[in-house]
Amino acid sequence: MRLPFGPIELPPRETFADRESLLAKVMLAPAVLYVAVLVGIPFVLAILLSFSNARAGSLSFSWVGLSNYAAVLSDPTFRRALLNTVIVTVAVQVLVVILATAAAMVFRAAFVGKRIMRFFLLLPWAVPITLAVMAWTWIFDSTFSVVNWTLKVAGLLHGWLYWLGSPTLGLIAIIIVQVWRLFPFATVIVLAGMTSIPQDVVEAAIMDGAGFWRRLFQIELPFLLPVVTVAVLFGIVYTATNMSVVYLLTGGGPADSTHVLPTLAFQRGIEGLDLGQGAAIALFLLPFLLVAAIGMLRIARRSEMGSP
Amino acid sequence: MAAVEIRDLHKHFEGHRAVDGVDLSVEDGEFVVLLGPSGCGKTTLLRTIAGLEEPTSGEIRLGGRVLSRDVPPRARKIAMMFQSYALYPHRTVFGNIAFPLKALHTPRDEIEEKVRWAVRMFDIERYLDRYPRHLSGGERQRVALCRAVVREPQAFLLDEPLSNLDAKQRTTARDELKRFQEDVGITTVYVTHDQVEAMGLGDRIAVMNAGKVHQFGTPAEVYEHPADIFVATFIGLPPMNLLESIEALAPAGMLVGFRPEHFLPRSAFGEDEDVTTFRYHVRRVEYLGSERYLYGSLDAHEDPEKPIIARLPAMLRLEVEADRTHEFAVHSGQLRYFDEESGQRRDPPGAARGRADA
Repeated sequence: MRLPFGPIELPPRETFADRESLLAKVMLAPAVLYVAVLVGIPFVLAILLSFSNARAGSLSFSWVGLSNYAAVLSDPTFRRALLNTVIVTVAVQVLVVILATAAAMVFRAAFVGKRIMRFFLLLPWAVPITLAVMAWTWIFDSTFSVVNWTLKVAGLLHGWLYWLGSPTLGLIAIIIVQVWRLFPFATVIVLAGMTSIPQDVVEAAIMDGAGFWRRLFQIELPFLLPVVTVAVLFGIVYTATNMSVVYLLTGGGPADSTHVLPTLAFQRGIEGLDLGQGAAIALFLLPFLLVAAIGMLRIARRSEMGSP
Repeated sequence: MAAVEIRDLHKHFEGHRAVDGVDLSVEDGEFVVLLGPSGCGKTTLLRTIAGLEEPTSGEIRLGGRVLSRDVPPRARKIAMMFQSYALYPHRTVFGNIAFPLKALHTPRDEIEEKVRWAVRMFDIERYLDRYPRHLSGGERQRVALCRAVVREPQAFLLDEPLSNLDAKQRTTARDELKRFQEDVGITTVYVTHDQVEAMGLGDRIAVMNAGKVHQFGTPAEVYEHPADIFVATFIGLPPMNLLESIEALAPAGMLVGFRPEHFLPRSAFGEDEDVTTFRYHVRRVEYLGSERYLYGSLDAHEDPEKPIIARLPAMLRLEVEADRTHEFAVHSGQLRYFDEESGQRRDPPGAARGRADA
């Protein structure tokens, strides 16, 4: 018996799409250009500025060596801002991981109204920061603070909390807003990670007699660790570089006690016109971001190789 | 060790009857296999015994104690081995085996002692510090067995444990599993869709389909005296040949069945043996080395969709040509009769014996 069709005609010669090495270069070019022009040049510029006495609104400047760094390091406001950045970044990550894991466990279960709850969960992440922080300034307002009134009615508060008027409470307020803003995103990441936990391993643990906490800490969390790490690294970058929350909530006050590096850099460099010092302050963020970036790259590479 | 008693067990998922009224009693120390096609409810039944699923209705007893819904899996003294083995990937072999003991708050030196005892039994002492991903399939199975046995369970449930192994490993793993079960004498319920595994391992086999147990008996009973058409055609490779009512053999409304290996050339039988002969038209001969499969049809029974298959052992050196009609026969005692309507087995009709093609 013969097959009813003849052999397939092959295309006559190679096209542009067959030339993979050239194709790769062409397709990568926009991304490389983007990184070079919008990330690389400003970064180099910032480093150069930090060694100069450039001022905003003037084109002439001269090199001043390390004097910007020396001035910044001996400035108590800067040291406070650096400490605040560390405190806020670390505290926010710890709280976000705990809250996001708990929220993800709730959202994993089936319950009535899950879809609408998930929508509400994602709201803080979707609302524009300025709008959200405006709302929070009312929540923390010295006269109308809904937090204070609630605590008073509940009988838990006897004095009065001036949220944005004290260094400690101001910092706590900043942490609260940052956690509120970040944890929905982290919850979504952890929730996605939970689907990667093999169900039969969890069931094996149930059969082996492990209770809820043993299962959570010894079986499920180890599976979640890579995902949680990603959430934490993203969180570090988001919190450490974020200026708007602090700027809008406390403006760095009272008495410059709640500044973080981005707000202080903005105040000195843009509002105070001292570009050199602003750049030097901003560059102190580099270690944070470098740690986070290296961590992310390592995880990315490990998941590429496919072994946990 | 304890017996497992299952009474009228139902498990329904949103209208789907996964387990539909199962009665089963597994004796103390017995190895029972639940065998059936995928989706027949055997795994659901196993998971319900384990306590991972709540029964819709019915009762499970382990050693006389009722396992109601307020007895959680961990209080059931049941160990379970999963298809994937479900080892904990970020724990060493030692950590895996010690896990159930830690959950029981066993003292540390006792944990050490029990883990050593288990790994010695399965000869995996040298792997204690390794992680599961560095072990082969057979080694993982041993770790999973160790983890199951250190809790000293009263019953042992296995869900298709050999399906992740390749064919060669499977034979040795099967042997290992059976020897282990005999050594510790633990009551075992084993789920599989592989009838070779079921026949080879089970003291008794429960053949399941569509949530029901069709037959519960020893491998020989299930194979030689299938309770209904489902069992007759599900077990045996190739399955039992079934003929629609032939007047000479059985009254209308009955099916006649015989196994391919009992269907041999007439000359293979003695002259005075009590056989039923057929005129068998052979369409194709398949040479498989240790045996030959013949595909063909009977004069009395022509259905190209369902060929009548004969299975000739290599010992039988008779020449059988394709595209010819031969005289084949079955021992009359090897004929099985089923009700066409209900599918149930029927007693052989006493009178109807002799030549079918006369």
